[in-house]
Amino acid sequence: MSFEMIFFILVGALSVGSAVGVVSSKVAVHSALFLLVHFATLAILYVTLNAQFLAAVQVIVYAGGIVILILFVIMLIGSAPLDTRAGYRNWVPYAGLGLGGALLAGISWNVLRMPAVALNPDANQGGVPVVLGLHLYSQNILLVELAAVLLLVALLGALLLARRPKAEEA
Amino acid sequence: MVPTSYYLILSAIIFVIGAAGVLGRRNALIIVMCVEMMLNSVNLTLIAFARQWDNLNGQVFVFLVMAVAAAEVAVGLAILIAHYHQSKSTNIDDVNVMKW
Repeated sequence: MSFEMIFFILVGALSVGSAVGVVSSKVAVHSALFLLVHFATLAILYVTLNAQFLAAVQVIVYAGGIVILILFVIMLIGSAPLDTRAGYRNWVPYAGLGLGGALLAGISWNVLRMPAVALNPDANQGGVPVVLGLHLYSQNILLVELAAVLLLVALLGALLLARRPKAEEA
Repeated sequence: MVPTSYYLILSAIIFVIGAAGVLGRRNALIIVMCVEMMLNSVNLTLIAFARQWDNLNGQVFVFLVMAVAAAEVAVGLAILIAHYHQSKSTNIDDVNVMKW
């Protein structure tokens, strides 16, 4: 087994373990910290896929932005543990596990049936910022503009939604 | 090099865990985190295919998914805060103000 494969298995196991931690921890803060580990492992996997710039963006946007935003909201509205098993019958988790396993088995079977394509070892050296930026700002400039509009609208929407009701302001 | 199919299966595992969290948990904050995990697993798939076909469009797509995810999490958390002002709860079962 090559060094790359061992590295992939270690990082992948850490990624899956932290994902399970996000879902299964009782306190929301623990989930947020597991989510931070999960995003970091994904950034490592992006580097192994020759997407160096996206790995940096992953750390900056997700680990640096979104997780901090979630932590701020947890601090604002508190994170008292809820009863995680409210409102459904006893057999439902087993049915969910079975269906999830079936979904996973179906995806895996289809993926493994895929004909193996010989990979070019030099593939996508364009994950570096210069090449990716040229690609993004020449052929896909409209998408960048639309993303800017989307982010502006989301900013206004978030401000409007999170405002306190008028009665409390007075 | 690690074959692309390994990345796809890892991504499927993460996606299924995220879906299980969205369907099974009651805490709305954890549901938001699980949605983020599902979006990230799809990003991993797109980047793996971008390497396999030596095509940068997959990575451009990941940029757009990240922009949408950032917008989604901001608006979603704002909705959570607005709902918390009203009902003092983060339990997803209590979100029924728009129920007809």
